[in-house]
Amino acid sequence: MLIKIPKASDCHESDVTPESFYLSRRHLLGATVAGLAVGGLPRWATAGEAARYSDVEPGDAPSWFSEKLASNKWGAVNVKDEAITPFKDATHYNNFYEFGTEKGDPAANAGVLKTEPWTVVVDGEVGRPGRYALEDFMKPYQLEERIYRLRCVEAWSMVIPWIGFPISALLNQVEPTSKAKYIRFETLQDPKVMPGQRSGFALIDWPYVEGLRLDEAMNPLAIMAVGMYGRELPNQNGAPLRLVVPWKYGFKSIKSIVRISLVSEQPKTTWQSIAANEYGFYANVNPTVDHPRWTQARERRLPSGLFKPNVRDTQMFNGYADEVASLYTGLDLRKNY
Amino acid sequence: MRYPLWRVGVFLAALVWPLLWLYQAWADALGPDPGKVLVDRLGLGTLVLLLITLSMTPLQKLTGWAGWIAVRRQLGLWCFAYVILHLCAYLAFILGFDWSQLGVELRKRPYIIVGVLGFVCLLVLALTSNRYSQRRLGVRWKKLHRLVYLVLGLGLLHMLWIVRADLKEWSIYAAIGAFLLVLRLPPVTRRIPRLMAKKAFLPEKRN
Repeated sequence: MLIKIPKASDCHESDVTPESFYLSRRHLLGATVAGLAVGGLPRWATAGEAARYSDVEPGDAPSWFSEKLASNKWGAVNVKDEAITPFKDATHYNNFYEFGTEKGDPAANAGVLKTEPWTVVVDGEVGRPGRYALEDFMKPYQLEERIYRLRCVEAWSMVIPWIGFPISALLNQVEPTSKAKYIRFETLQDPKVMPGQRSGFALIDWPYVEGLRLDEAMNPLAIMAVGMYGRELPNQNGAPLRLVVPWKYGFKSIKSIVRISLVSEQPKTTWQSIAANEYGFYANVNPTVDHPRWTQARERRLPSGLFKPNVRDTQMFNGYADEVASLYTGLDLRKNY
Repeated sequence: MRYPLWRVGVFLAALVWPLLWLYQAWADALGPDPGKVLVDRLGLGTLVLLLITLSMTPLQKLTGWAGWIAVRRQLGLWCFAYVILHLCAYLAFILGFDWSQLGVELRKRPYIIVGVLGFVCLLVLALTSNRYSQRRLGVRWKKLHRLVYLVLGLGLLHMLWIVRADLKEWSIYAAIGAFLLVLRLPPVTRRIPRLMAKKAFLPEKRN
Protein backbone atom coordinates (compact mmCIF):
# COMPACT_ATOMS: atom_id res chain seq x y z
CA MET A 1 0.00 0.00 0.00
CA LEU A 2 1.22 3.46 -0.87
CA ILE A 3 1.80 5.78 2.02
CA LYS A 4 0.46 9.21 1.10
CA ILE A 5 1.04 12.47 2.88
CA PRO A 6 -2.35 14.00 3.71
CA LYS A 7 -2.94 17.19 1.79
CA ALA A 8 -6.17 18.25 0.18
CA SER A 9 -8.01 15.25 1.51
CA ASP A 10 -8.29 14.40 5.15
CA CYS A 11 -9.34 10.80 4.92
CA HIS A 12 -6.86 7.98 4.53
CA GLU A 13 -7.18 4.32 5.16
CA SER A 14 -3.88 4.47 6.99
CA ASP A 15 -5.09 7.16 9.34
CA VAL A 16 -4.53 6.51 12.99
CA THR A 17 -7.74 6.30 14.97
CA PRO A 18 -8.36 9.76 16.43
CA GLU A 19 -7.78 10.21 20.09
CA SER A 20 -11.34 11.05 21.01
CA PHE A 21 -12.55 7.87 19.40
CA TYR A 22 -9.82 5.92 21.14
CA LEU A 23 -10.66 7.51 24.45
CA SER A 24 -14.36 6.79 24.10
CA ARG A 25 -13.41 3.16 23.55
CA ARG A 26 -11.24 3.29 26.65
CA HIS A 27 -14.15 4.75 28.46
CA LEU A 28 -16.33 1.92 27.29
CA LEU A 29 -13.77 -0.70 28.34
CA GLY A 30 -13.42 0.97 31.70
CA ALA A 31 -17.14 0.97 32.13
CA THR A 32 -17.26 -2.70 31.26
CA VAL A 33 -14.55 -3.52 33.76
CA ALA A 34 -16.47 -1.57 36.35
CA GLY A 35 -19.22 -4.08 35.76
CA LEU A 36 -21.72 -1.58 34.49
CA ALA A 37 -24.52 -3.98 33.68
CA VAL A 38 -23.09 -4.85 30.28
CA GLY A 39 -22.94 -8.56 31.04
CA GLY A 40 -26.54 -8.47 32.16
CA LEU A 41 -27.87 -7.03 28.93
CA PRO A 42 -29.43 -9.34 26.38
CA ARG A 43 -27.64 -9.36 23.02
CA TRP A 44 -24.67 -7.98 24.87
CA ALA A 45 -22.33 -8.14 21.92
CA THR A 46 -24.54 -5.83 19.89
CA ALA A 47 -25.09 -3.53 22.80
CA GLY A 48 -21.33 -3.41 23.41
CA GLU A 49 -20.54 -2.45 19.83
CA ALA A 50 -23.29 0.14 19.73
CA ALA A 51 -21.70 1.78 22.74
CA ARG A 52 -18.65 2.73 20.64
CA TYR A 53 -20.67 5.84 19.97
CA SER A 54 -22.58 7.65 22.64
CA ASP A 55 -26.38 7.72 22.77
CA VAL A 56 -26.87 5.07 20.12
CA GLU A 57 -30.24 3.38 20.29
CA PRO A 58 -29.55 -0.35 20.23
CA GLY A 59 -31.18 -2.04 17.27
CA ASP A 60 -32.52 -5.50 16.72
CA ALA A 61 -29.83 -6.79 14.41
CA PRO A 62 -30.43 -9.86 12.25
CA SER A 63 -28.09 -12.71 13.14
CA TRP A 64 -26.09 -12.48 9.90
CA PHE A 65 -25.24 -8.90 10.81
CA SER A 66 -24.15 -9.70 14.36
CA GLU A 67 -21.97 -12.53 13.08
CA LYS A 68 -20.32 -10.35 10.46
CA LEU A 69 -19.85 -7.50 12.89
CA ALA A 70 -17.56 -9.69 15.00
CA SER A 71 -14.90 -9.49 12.28
CA ASN A 72 -15.64 -5.91 11.26
CA LYS A 73 -12.57 -3.74 10.57
CA TRP A 74 -13.26 -0.75 12.78
CA GLY A 75 -12.18 2.66 11.59
CA ALA A 76 -10.89 1.40 8.24
CA VAL A 77 -11.39 4.90 6.81
CA ASN A 78 -11.61 7.90 9.05
CA VAL A 79 -11.91 11.67 9.06
CA LYS A 80 -9.34 13.91 10.65
CA ASP A 81 -10.24 16.65 13.11
CA GLU A 82 -13.94 16.45 12.36
CA ALA A 83 -16.54 15.51 14.90
CA ILE A 84 -18.87 12.62 14.18
CA THR A 85 -22.49 13.75 13.96
CA PRO A 86 -24.56 12.66 16.97
CA PHE A 87 -26.54 9.48 16.32
CA LYS A 88 -29.82 11.22 17.12
CA ASP A 89 -29.24 13.85 14.41
CA ALA A 90 -28.10 11.34 11.80
CA THR A 91 -31.23 9.28 12.43
CA HIS A 92 -33.81 12.05 12.87
CA TYR A 93 -32.87 14.43 10.09
CA ASN A 94 -33.27 12.44 6.91
CA ASN A 95 -34.31 12.74 3.31
CA PHE A 96 -36.12 9.53 2.46
CA TYR A 97 -39.11 10.77 0.49
CA GLU A 98 -40.73 7.34 0.42
CA PHE A 99 -41.56 8.05 4.05
CA GLY A 100 -42.47 11.74 3.68
CA THR A 101 -40.79 14.97 2.68
CA GLU A 102 -40.19 16.46 6.14
CA LYS A 103 -36.85 15.76 7.76
CA GLY A 104 -38.49 14.03 10.71
CA ASP A 105 -40.88 11.93 8.61
CA PRO A 106 -38.52 9.01 7.91
CA ALA A 107 -37.81 8.51 11.61
CA ALA A 108 -41.52 8.75 12.37
CA ASN A 109 -42.79 6.55 9.55
CA ALA A 110 -40.08 4.06 8.61
CA GLY A 111 -40.60 1.85 11.66
CA VAL A 112 -43.17 -0.23 9.80
CA LEU A 113 -40.73 -1.21 7.06
CA LYS A 114 -39.93 -4.91 7.34
CA THR A 115 -36.28 -5.52 6.49
CA GLU A 116 -36.32 -9.23 7.29
CA PRO A 117 -36.71 -11.16 5.06
CA TRP A 118 -35.22 -9.00 2.33
CA THR A 119 -34.52 -9.99 -1.26
CA VAL A 120 -31.95 -8.44 -3.56
CA VAL A 121 -32.11 -9.03 -7.30
CA VAL A 122 -28.93 -8.86 -9.34
CA ASP A 123 -29.53 -8.72 -13.07
CA GLY A 124 -28.56 -7.16 -16.38
CA GLU A 125 -25.11 -7.47 -17.91
CA VAL A 126 -23.71 -9.92 -15.37
CA GLY A 127 -22.29 -13.41 -15.55
CA ARG A 128 -24.04 -14.42 -12.34
CA PRO A 129 -27.52 -12.93 -12.12
CA GLY A 130 -29.71 -14.03 -9.26
CA ARG A 131 -32.27 -13.38 -6.61
CA TYR A 132 -30.78 -13.53 -3.16
CA ALA A 133 -32.00 -13.52 0.38
CA LEU A 134 -30.03 -10.69 1.97
CA GLU A 135 -28.11 -13.01 4.33
CA ASP A 136 -26.92 -15.06 1.34
CA PHE A 137 -26.19 -11.93 -0.68
CA MET A 138 -23.98 -10.67 2.18
CA LYS A 139 -22.02 -13.90 2.69
CA PRO A 140 -18.92 -13.13 0.60
CA TYR A 141 -18.25 -9.71 2.09
CA GLN A 142 -15.96 -8.53 4.85
CA LEU A 143 -17.48 -5.61 6.73
CA GLU A 144 -15.50 -2.50 7.52
CA GLU A 145 -16.23 0.80 9.13
CA ARG A 146 -15.95 3.87 6.91
CA ILE A 147 -16.26 7.24 8.58
CA TYR A 148 -17.29 9.59 5.80
CA ARG A 149 -18.48 13.12 5.33
CA LEU A 150 -22.00 13.23 3.89
CA ARG A 151 -22.85 16.35 1.90
CA CYS A 152 -26.50 16.83 1.01
CA VAL A 153 -27.37 18.77 -2.14
CA GLU A 154 -29.46 20.99 0.18
CA ALA A 155 -26.22 22.44 1.60
CA TRP A 156 -26.09 20.64 4.93
CA SER A 157 -23.59 17.98 5.89
CA MET A 158 -22.80 15.36 8.50
CA VAL A 159 -20.02 12.92 9.41
CA ILE A 160 -21.26 9.35 9.68
CA PRO A 161 -19.53 6.09 10.65
CA TRP A 162 -20.90 3.59 8.12
CA ILE A 163 -20.40 -0.15 8.15
CA GLY A 164 -20.30 -1.81 4.77
CA PHE A 165 -18.19 -3.25 2.00
CA PRO A 166 -16.75 -1.85 -1.23
CA ILE A 167 -18.90 -2.13 -4.34
CA SER A 168 -15.82 -3.46 -6.10
CA ALA A 169 -16.16 -6.65 -4.01
CA LEU A 170 -19.75 -6.95 -5.17
CA LEU A 171 -18.72 -6.49 -8.79
CA ASN A 172 -16.12 -9.23 -8.41
CA GLN A 173 -18.89 -11.55 -7.26
CA VAL A 174 -21.45 -10.80 -9.96
CA GLU A 175 -18.97 -10.73 -12.86
CA PRO A 176 -20.07 -7.88 -15.15
CA THR A 177 -19.97 -8.65 -18.85
CA SER A 178 -18.01 -6.53 -21.32
CA LYS A 179 -21.25 -4.68 -22.15
CA ALA A 180 -21.70 -3.40 -18.59
CA LYS A 181 -20.89 0.30 -18.41
CA TYR A 182 -23.08 1.45 -15.53
CA ILE A 183 -24.50 0.09 -12.32
CA ARG A 184 -28.12 0.87 -11.55
CA PHE A 185 -29.81 0.62 -8.14
CA GLU A 186 -33.46 0.54 -7.27
CA THR A 187 -35.22 1.19 -3.95
CA LEU A 188 -38.10 -0.90 -2.66
CA GLN A 189 -41.52 0.08 -3.99
CA ASP A 190 -44.19 -0.71 -1.45
CA PRO A 191 -46.90 1.98 -1.17
CA LYS A 192 -48.51 0.04 1.69
CA VAL A 193 -45.64 0.90 4.02
CA MET A 194 -44.26 3.93 2.21
CA PRO A 195 -46.67 6.86 2.56
CA GLY A 196 -44.65 9.03 0.16
CA GLN A 197 -45.38 6.53 -2.61
CA ARG A 198 -49.09 6.85 -1.88
CA SER A 199 -49.11 10.65 -2.25
CA GLY A 200 -51.01 11.76 -5.32
CA PHE A 201 -48.98 14.97 -5.38
CA ALA A 202 -45.52 13.39 -5.49
CA LEU A 203 -43.35 14.52 -8.37
CA ILE A 204 -41.25 11.38 -8.12
CA ASP A 205 -41.92 8.47 -10.42
CA TRP A 206 -41.38 5.57 -8.01
CA PRO A 207 -39.35 3.50 -7.45
CA TYR A 208 -36.32 5.65 -6.70
CA VAL A 209 -33.45 4.89 -9.06
CA GLU A 210 -29.78 5.80 -8.86
CA GLY A 211 -26.68 4.82 -10.74
CA LEU A 212 -22.94 5.10 -11.13
CA ARG A 213 -20.48 4.72 -13.95
CA LEU A 214 -18.74 1.38 -13.54
CA ASP A 215 -15.35 2.96 -12.85
CA GLU A 216 -16.96 5.15 -10.17
CA ALA A 217 -18.46 2.07 -8.58
CA MET A 218 -15.04 0.39 -8.63
CA ASN A 219 -13.46 3.26 -6.68
CA PRO A 220 -12.50 1.96 -3.24
CA LEU A 221 -14.44 4.77 -1.51
CA ALA A 222 -17.79 3.64 -2.95
CA ILE A 223 -19.49 1.21 -0.59
CA MET A 224 -22.69 -0.63 0.06
CA ALA A 225 -23.61 -0.01 3.70
CA VAL A 226 -25.55 -2.27 6.03
CA GLY A 227 -24.79 -0.51 9.31
CA MET A 228 -23.83 2.73 11.02
CA TYR A 229 -22.65 3.80 14.47
CA GLY A 230 -21.63 0.23 15.26
CA ARG A 231 -25.08 -1.26 14.62
CA GLU A 232 -27.29 -2.26 11.70
CA LEU A 233 -28.85 0.55 9.66
CA PRO A 234 -31.95 2.10 11.21
CA ASN A 235 -34.86 1.90 8.75
CA GLN A 236 -34.91 5.65 8.18
CA ASN A 237 -31.29 5.53 7.06
CA GLY A 238 -31.97 3.02 4.30
CA ALA A 239 -32.05 -0.39 5.96
CA PRO A 240 -31.12 -3.03 5.24
CA LEU A 241 -28.83 -2.19 2.31
CA ARG A 242 -27.87 1.18 0.86
CA LEU A 243 -25.28 2.89 -1.22
CA VAL A 244 -22.74 5.38 0.18
CA VAL A 245 -20.74 7.46 -2.29
CA PRO A 246 -19.08 10.13 -0.16
CA TRP A 247 -17.81 12.40 -2.94
CA LYS A 248 -21.29 12.83 -4.41
CA TYR A 249 -24.35 14.61 -3.06
CA GLY A 250 -26.36 12.53 -0.66
CA PHE A 251 -29.23 11.77 -3.02
CA LYS A 252 -26.90 9.51 -5.04
CA SER A 253 -26.58 7.24 -2.01
CA ILE A 254 -29.81 5.34 -2.62
CA LYS A 255 -31.53 3.59 0.29
CA SER A 256 -33.25 0.25 0.92
CA ILE A 257 -31.98 -1.34 -2.27
CA VAL A 258 -33.89 -4.28 -3.78
CA ARG A 259 -32.36 -4.43 -7.23
CA ILE A 260 -28.87 -4.01 -8.60
CA SER A 261 -28.50 -4.08 -12.36
CA LEU A 262 -25.47 -3.76 -14.60
CA VAL A 263 -26.43 -1.89 -17.72
CA SER A 264 -24.86 -0.60 -20.92
CA GLU A 265 -26.71 2.74 -21.01
CA GLN A 266 -26.60 5.53 -18.45
CA PRO A 267 -29.58 4.87 -16.15
CA LYS A 268 -32.40 7.42 -15.86
CA THR A 269 -31.94 8.49 -12.27
CA THR A 270 -34.81 9.84 -10.21
CA TRP A 271 -33.75 13.43 -9.50
CA GLN A 272 -32.38 13.90 -12.97
CA SER A 273 -35.77 12.85 -14.34
CA ILE A 274 -37.62 15.37 -12.14
CA ALA A 275 -35.34 18.35 -12.76
CA ALA A 276 -32.38 17.76 -15.05
CA ASN A 277 -31.29 21.39 -14.77
CA GLU A 278 -30.92 21.03 -11.01
CA TYR A 279 -29.66 17.48 -10.51
CA GLY A 280 -27.22 15.85 -12.87
CA PHE A 281 -26.27 12.21 -13.23
CA TYR A 282 -22.83 12.80 -11.72
CA ALA A 283 -23.89 14.98 -8.78
CA ASN A 284 -20.30 15.29 -7.60
CA VAL A 285 -19.93 17.64 -4.66
CA ASN A 286 -18.62 20.80 -6.30
CA PRO A 287 -18.47 24.18 -4.54
CA THR A 288 -17.97 26.00 -7.84
CA VAL A 289 -21.19 24.80 -9.50
CA ASP A 290 -24.30 26.20 -7.85
CA HIS A 291 -27.61 24.49 -7.57
CA PRO A 292 -29.87 26.84 -9.57
CA ARG A 293 -31.70 27.74 -6.37
CA TRP A 294 -28.84 28.05 -3.90
CA THR A 295 -25.09 28.19 -3.62
CA GLN A 296 -23.04 25.05 -3.07
CA ALA A 297 -19.95 26.96 -1.95
CA ARG A 298 -20.73 26.50 1.73
CA GLU A 299 -22.52 24.03 3.93
CA ARG A 300 -24.13 23.82 7.35
CA ARG A 301 -22.37 21.06 9.25
CA LEU A 302 -25.02 19.58 11.50
CA PRO A 303 -25.75 20.03 14.28
CA SER A 304 -25.62 23.74 13.54
CA GLY A 305 -26.96 25.65 16.52
CA LEU A 306 -29.00 28.81 16.30
CA PHE A 307 -26.50 30.80 18.29
CA LYS A 308 -23.40 28.94 17.15
CA PRO A 309 -23.99 28.28 13.47
CA ASN A 310 -21.59 25.71 12.08
CA VAL A 311 -21.10 26.94 8.52
CA ARG A 312 -18.03 25.83 6.59
CA ASP A 313 -16.68 25.92 3.06
CA THR A 314 -17.62 22.96 0.90
CA GLN A 315 -14.63 21.06 -0.47
CA MET A 316 -14.24 19.83 -4.03
CA PHE A 317 -15.47 16.24 -4.22
CA ASN A 318 -16.43 16.66 -0.57
CA GLY A 319 -12.73 16.50 0.34
CA TYR A 320 -12.07 13.24 -1.51
CA ALA A 321 -10.40 14.82 -4.55
CA ASP A 322 -7.16 12.86 -4.10
CA GLU A 323 -9.03 9.61 -4.42
CA VAL A 324 -11.59 10.42 -7.11
CA ALA A 325 -10.57 13.45 -9.19
CA SER A 326 -8.80 11.20 -11.69
CA LEU A 327 -12.15 9.61 -12.58
CA TYR A 328 -13.20 12.88 -14.18
CA THR A 329 -10.14 14.09 -16.07
CA GLY A 330 -11.22 15.64 -19.35
CA LEU A 331 -14.84 15.89 -18.21
CA ASP A 332 -16.37 19.38 -18.05
CA LEU A 333 -17.79 19.37 -14.53
CA ARG A 334 -19.80 22.52 -15.21
CA LYS A 335 -21.78 20.67 -17.86
CA ASN A 336 -21.65 17.27 -16.21
CA TYR A 337 -22.80 18.40 -12.78
CA MET B 1 -61.75 50.98 20.83
CA ARG B 2 -64.26 48.22 20.15
CA TYR B 3 -63.67 44.57 20.89
CA PRO B 4 -60.64 45.12 23.15
CA LEU B 5 -60.52 41.51 24.40
CA TRP B 6 -60.85 40.08 20.91
CA ARG B 7 -58.06 42.35 19.68
CA VAL B 8 -55.75 41.39 22.51
CA GLY B 9 -56.59 37.73 21.98
CA VAL B 10 -55.61 37.95 18.31
CA PHE B 11 -52.45 39.82 19.27
CA LEU B 12 -51.41 37.10 21.70
CA ALA B 13 -52.32 34.29 19.31
CA ALA B 14 -50.03 35.76 16.65
CA LEU B 15 -47.26 36.63 19.07
CA VAL B 16 -47.01 33.26 20.75
CA TRP B 17 -45.68 31.26 17.78
CA PRO B 18 -42.34 33.00 17.15
CA LEU B 19 -41.70 33.03 20.88
CA LEU B 20 -42.45 29.33 21.13
CA TRP B 21 -40.17 28.55 18.17
CA LEU B 22 -37.36 30.63 19.63
CA TYR B 23 -37.77 28.78 22.90
CA GLN B 24 -37.73 25.44 21.07
CA ALA B 25 -34.59 26.43 19.19
CA TRP B 26 -32.97 27.43 22.47
CA ALA B 27 -34.06 24.14 24.06
CA ASP B 28 -32.65 22.10 21.13
CA ALA B 29 -36.11 20.87 20.22
CA LEU B 30 -35.92 21.86 16.55
CA GLY B 31 -33.38 19.21 15.53
CA PRO B 32 -29.86 19.64 14.23
CA ASP B 33 -30.64 22.48 11.81
CA PRO B 34 -32.80 24.87 13.85
CA GLY B 35 -31.97 27.90 11.70
CA LYS B 36 -33.47 26.27 8.60
CA VAL B 37 -36.53 25.17 10.58
CA LEU B 38 -37.07 28.73 11.84
CA VAL B 39 -36.76 30.17 8.34
CA ASP B 40 -39.27 27.66 7.00
CA ARG B 41 -41.76 28.10 9.82
CA LEU B 42 -41.61 31.90 9.68
CA GLY B 43 -42.12 31.79 5.92
CA LEU B 44 -45.07 29.48 6.24
CA GLY B 45 -46.38 31.60 9.13
CA THR B 46 -46.29 34.63 6.84
CA LEU B 47 -48.37 32.82 4.25
CA VAL B 48 -50.85 31.55 6.82
CA LEU B 49 -51.27 35.03 8.29
CA LEU B 50 -51.77 36.44 4.81
CA LEU B 51 -54.52 33.91 4.17
CA ILE B 52 -56.12 34.65 7.55
CA THR B 53 -55.98 38.38 6.84
CA LEU B 54 -57.62 37.82 3.48
CA SER B 55 -60.40 35.78 5.04
CA MET B 56 -61.51 38.60 7.39
CA THR B 57 -63.57 40.44 4.77
CA PRO B 58 -65.41 37.33 3.53
CA LEU B 59 -66.04 36.30 7.14
CA GLN B 60 -67.49 39.72 7.90
CA LYS B 61 -69.71 39.48 4.85
CA LEU B 62 -70.77 35.99 5.86
CA THR B 63 -71.53 36.70 9.50
CA GLY B 64 -72.10 40.41 9.56
CA TRP B 65 -69.87 40.69 12.63
CA ALA B 66 -67.65 43.79 12.55
CA GLY B 67 -65.06 42.14 14.81
CA TRP B 68 -63.44 40.49 11.80
CA ILE B 69 -62.68 43.85 10.23
CA ALA B 70 -61.53 45.23 13.58
CA VAL B 71 -58.53 42.85 13.57
CA ARG B 72 -57.82 42.91 9.84
CA ARG B 73 -55.15 45.59 9.97
CA GLN B 74 -53.52 43.99 12.99
CA LEU B 75 -53.33 40.65 11.20
CA GLY B 76 -51.87 42.28 8.12
CA LEU B 77 -49.20 43.88 10.26
CA TRP B 78 -48.47 40.53 11.90
CA CYS B 79 -48.01 39.10 8.44
CA PHE B 80 -45.47 41.85 7.85
CA ALA B 81 -43.76 41.17 11.19
CA TYR B 82 -43.43 37.49 10.32
CA VAL B 83 -41.94 38.26 6.91
CA ILE B 84 -39.39 40.57 8.58
CA LEU B 85 -38.44 37.75 10.97
CA HIS B 86 -38.37 35.30 8.05
CA LEU B 87 -35.94 37.60 6.21
CA CYS B 88 -33.76 38.14 9.27
CA ALA B 89 -33.62 34.39 9.93
CA TYR B 90 -32.70 33.78 6.29
CA LEU B 91 -29.94 36.40 6.45
CA ALA B 92 -28.57 35.05 9.71
CA PHE B 93 -28.96 31.28 9.47
CA ILE B 94 -28.85 30.54 5.77
CA LEU B 95 -26.53 33.28 4.49
CA GLY B 96 -24.59 33.76 7.73
CA PHE B 97 -24.68 37.55 7.08
CA ASP B 98 -22.63 37.05 3.94
CA TRP B 99 -23.77 40.24 2.17
CA SER B 100 -21.90 39.56 -1.06
CA GLN B 101 -23.71 36.24 -1.27
CA LEU B 102 -26.98 38.09 -0.78
CA GLY B 103 -26.16 40.13 -3.88
CA VAL B 104 -25.55 36.94 -5.81
CA GLU B 105 -28.81 35.39 -4.58
CA LEU B 106 -30.76 38.52 -5.50
CA ARG B 107 -29.42 38.41 -9.02
CA LYS B 108 -29.51 34.70 -9.69
CA ARG B 109 -32.35 33.01 -7.85
CA PRO B 110 -35.85 33.54 -9.20
CA TYR B 111 -37.49 32.38 -5.95
CA ILE B 112 -35.47 34.89 -3.94
CA ILE B 113 -36.37 37.68 -6.38
CA VAL B 114 -40.05 36.79 -6.16
CA GLY B 115 -39.82 36.63 -2.37
CA VAL B 116 -38.16 40.03 -2.16
CA LEU B 117 -40.79 41.54 -4.49
CA GLY B 118 -43.48 40.20 -2.20
CA PHE B 119 -41.66 41.65 0.78
CA VAL B 120 -41.40 45.10 -0.85
CA CYS B 121 -45.14 45.06 -1.53
CA LEU B 122 -45.85 44.10 2.08
CA LEU B 123 -43.52 46.87 3.23
CA VAL B 124 -45.50 49.43 1.21
CA LEU B 125 -48.77 48.10 2.64
CA ALA B 126 -47.42 48.18 6.20
CA LEU B 127 -46.12 51.74 5.81
CA THR B 128 -49.48 52.96 4.50
CA SER B 129 -51.58 51.02 6.98
CA ASN B 130 -52.08 53.99 9.33
CA ARG B 131 -55.07 56.35 9.38
CA TYR B 132 -52.96 59.25 8.19
CA SER B 133 -52.05 57.44 4.96
CA GLN B 134 -55.64 56.34 4.53
CA ARG B 135 -56.80 59.93 4.70
CA ARG B 136 -54.06 61.26 2.47
CA LEU B 137 -54.37 58.61 -0.20
CA GLY B 138 -58.16 58.67 -0.17
CA VAL B 139 -59.57 56.55 -2.99
CA ARG B 140 -56.10 55.53 -4.09
CA TRP B 141 -55.53 53.81 -0.72
CA LYS B 142 -57.99 51.09 -1.55
CA LYS B 143 -56.42 50.56 -4.94
CA LEU B 144 -52.95 50.45 -3.43
CA HIS B 145 -53.99 47.87 -0.89
CA ARG B 146 -55.21 45.55 -3.61
CA LEU B 147 -51.47 44.84 -3.86
CA VAL B 148 -52.17 42.22 -1.22
CA TYR B 149 -53.57 39.96 -3.94
CA LEU B 150 -50.30 40.27 -5.81
CA VAL B 151 -48.43 39.48 -2.59
CA LEU B 152 -50.43 36.28 -2.26
CA GLY B 153 -49.51 35.27 -5.80
CA LEU B 154 -45.84 36.08 -5.25
CA GLY B 155 -45.81 34.23 -1.94
CA LEU B 156 -47.32 31.11 -3.44
CA LEU B 157 -44.88 31.21 -6.36
CA HIS B 158 -42.00 31.69 -3.90
CA MET B 159 -43.14 28.58 -2.04
CA LEU B 160 -43.79 26.57 -5.20
CA TRP B 161 -40.20 27.10 -6.32
CA ILE B 162 -38.90 25.76 -3.05
CA VAL B 163 -40.92 22.55 -3.20
CA ARG B 164 -38.69 19.68 -4.19
CA ALA B 165 -40.75 16.58 -4.53
CA ASP B 166 -44.28 16.73 -3.19
CA LEU B 167 -46.86 19.39 -4.06
CA LYS B 168 -49.50 18.34 -1.57
CA GLU B 169 -48.89 20.98 1.10
CA TRP B 170 -48.43 23.72 -1.47
CA SER B 171 -51.62 22.70 -3.25
CA ILE B 172 -53.62 23.08 -0.04
CA TYR B 173 -52.39 26.64 0.54
CA ALA B 174 -52.83 27.53 -3.11
CA ALA B 175 -56.39 26.20 -3.10
CA ILE B 176 -57.29 28.22 -0.01
CA GLY B 177 -55.70 31.31 -1.54
CA ALA B 178 -57.54 30.82 -4.83
CA PHE B 179 -60.82 30.34 -2.96
CA LEU B 180 -60.31 33.58 -1.04
CA LEU B 181 -59.60 35.44 -4.27
CA VAL B 182 -62.65 33.97 -6.00
CA LEU B 183 -64.80 35.22 -3.11
CA ARG B 184 -63.75 38.72 -4.10
CA LEU B 185 -65.11 38.54 -7.61
CA PRO B 186 -68.17 40.83 -7.57
CA PRO B 187 -70.68 38.23 -8.83
CA VAL B 188 -69.51 35.84 -6.11
CA THR B 189 -69.38 38.47 -3.38
CA ARG B 190 -73.00 39.40 -4.04
CA ARG B 191 -74.05 35.85 -3.43
CA ILE B 192 -72.30 35.39 -0.10
CA PRO B 193 -75.24 34.78 2.24
CA ARG B 194 -75.43 36.55 5.55
CA LEU B 195 -75.85 33.82 8.09
CA MET B 196 -76.60 35.98 11.09
CA ALA B 197 -78.02 39.16 9.72
CA LYS B 198 -80.19 37.37 7.19
CA LYS B 199 -83.29 36.96 9.36
CA ALA B 200 -83.42 40.64 10.11
CA PHE B 201 -83.08 41.44 6.44
CA LEU B 202 -85.57 39.16 4.81
CA PRO B 203 -88.88 40.69 5.94
CA GLU B 204 -87.77 44.12 4.83
CA LYS B 205 -86.84 42.84 1.40
CA ARG B 206 -90.27 41.36 0.84
CA ASN B 207 -91.94 44.68 1.20
